[in-house]
Amino acid sequence: MTTVHETEPTGERASTSRPPAGSGRFWTLRRQDTLSGWLFVLPQALGFLAFVLYPLIAVVYYSFHTSNVLSGVTKYAGTRNYSQLVHDPATPSVARATVLFCIGLVVINIALAMLLAVLLNQRLRGTTVFRTLFFSPVVVSLVAWTITWNFLLQNNGGINSMLHVVGIEGPNWLRGDNSALVSVVIVQVFKNVGLNMVLFLAALQGVPRSLLEAAEIDGAGAWRRFRSVVLPLISPTTLLTTIVTISGSLQVFAQIQILTEGGPNNRTNVLVYFFYQQAFDNHDFGYGSAVAVVLFAIILVLTLVQWRLRKKWVFYES
Amino acid sequence: MSLETAARRPVTLRDAAAAPRTPGRRPGSRWRKPLLYAAMVVLAIPFVFPTWWMITSSLLPENEVLSYPPKLLPLHPQWSNYKTAFANYPLAHQYLNSLYIALLVTAGTMLVASLSGYAFARIPFPGNKVLFPLILSGLLIPTEVTVIPLFKMVDRLGLTNTHWPLIVIPILGAPSVLGTFVMRQFFLAIPDELEDAGRMDGLGRFGLYFRVALPLARPALASVAIFTFLNSWNMYLEPLVYETDKRNYTLPVALTQYTDAYGSHLWNIQLAASVTTVVPVLVVFIAAQRHFVEGLAQTGLKG
Repeated sequence: MTTVHETEPTGERASTSRPPAGSGRFWTLRRQDTLSGWLFVLPQALGFLAFVLYPLIAVVYYSFHTSNVLSGVTKYAGTRNYSQLVHDPATPSVARATVLFCIGLVVINIALAMLLAVLLNQRLRGTTVFRTLFFSPVVVSLVAWTITWNFLLQNNGGINSMLHVVGIEGPNWLRGDNSALVSVVIVQVFKNVGLNMVLFLAALQGVPRSLLEAAEIDGAGAWRRFRSVVLPLISPTTLLTTIVTISGSLQVFAQIQILTEGGPNNRTNVLVYFFYQQAFDNHDFGYGSAVAVVLFAIILVLTLVQWRLRKKWVFYES
Repeated sequence: MSLETAARRPVTLRDAAAAPRTPGRRPGSRWRKPLLYAAMVVLAIPFVFPTWWMITSSLLPENEVLSYPPKLLPLHPQWSNYKTAFANYPLAHQYLNSLYIALLVTAGTMLVASLSGYAFARIPFPGNKVLFPLILSGLLIPTEVTVIPLFKMVDRLGLTNTHWPLIVIPILGAPSVLGTFVMRQFFLAIPDELEDAGRMDGLGRFGLYFRVALPLARPALASVAIFTFLNSWNMYLEPLVYETDKRNYTLPVALTQYTDAYGSHLWNIQLAASVTTVVPVLVVFIAAQRHFVEGLAQTGLKG
């Protein structure tokens, strides 16, 4: 072994960061890189093991067990938690709410984001101001935003009184069987559509002007140019925003809890809220874990589908 | 979610008005501009109105918040609502909780993410190619999936109802992975020549990271800081799960507590408290909106 001494090794690749070591023979560049590489990623790697990988394995383990909160005893339960989920009378409503929320959110969000991006991409003065306005809800605290909409959507709240001024009787938004889900979707769309809008705007700015001019010379109208030139060119962004919005739609928890608590009649009881009810309202960690595993499986499938789609659907990707 | 898709590259935006103009008149151009402006103004209403309504209603007396006709402007602003929000509830305490937790999480994430981002981008160590995609998979996992085991872990350590889980788990767990990704993408783009010059000057790995790469990475660090701070400031499920004492709450959970003894909302007080959490962030956003928009668009990937 080499002896440890204070002087720095000579040579242009010398290192001052690693612990004092002997001359260059043992501490080859490669060994230095191995040591420093692992030291640099150590916090993240340990954190990943403790706070991502371990809980992921544990949640699958718990989903095959029942645990009694009072006694703390955990017992093997086979697939009982999963069959409970299949037979739970709430499951059809939860599935329906999750899917409808997701579809509603994705369709409205993507369409509105595209529309706003197209408007902002017109060569007009002051579009930066509008961009800031459309984006501002993204930085507003989700809970504060939801509380404000909760206030606005009350039966005698701001929206209905304004509708009353123009002679319309609005529904009790958050208590109606259908209006509740619509309301939750709308609140979420305006909160985060600004993110997708900016992604579309960046994509639109990447569409070569020459192509649009060529299409115009060929006699294509505005709509035709959008559909046949712009839309194919921005399809990678459309795919990305769709996937991200779907995965985000599976994670609306605070909004549901504040606005409807899953009601009325489970109409807005989406999967993450149902998970919270089972795990932390009913303190059933076994059943809650099974729901969490299902949530994870859905995300995993979506990711795989996305990898597949990327090859087929996207026309152009630089 | 998707790890190598187009929008993960830095998003940069031009001011559309500054784009070169094509010569030639479009048909109907006399009505085009006013119509476009009208469309944008109408569309802006649902984005701006709630925040406006939050602020104005926070200044109304209790008997006017749900009155008809709606009060668009408080003629006699009742500033005492703000005093009530702070005097009758531990809001000041909760405010400090949120602030110090978000600052610690931001600083910790910037350190952890820049270190591992640097190693994944620039140090060829065995395991690099395997470890990076593995850690990146943490981006896919929703908070809810891992929260039960994490709660049990925190409970076993006797750390429920403390701020430890709100600080340590985001810095080392899944939330910081996005920061690592952003930092790695940035460090990949640094030309080798710069590091070679640093080596000539006798810098080791840590020196290259700290003296050469990190100063160049200020824009990426700013993005990481912005979205990390906002995520911590806005987290809701975690404090709900880990904290039991009101004084330990952070702001989002604290905001839901403004009800009277019968459980009905004290709207004006609740909205006043909400305003105090929203306005500082909005002010910073308007001052540095380009950083926010571009930083969040490339990274803040929540639907």
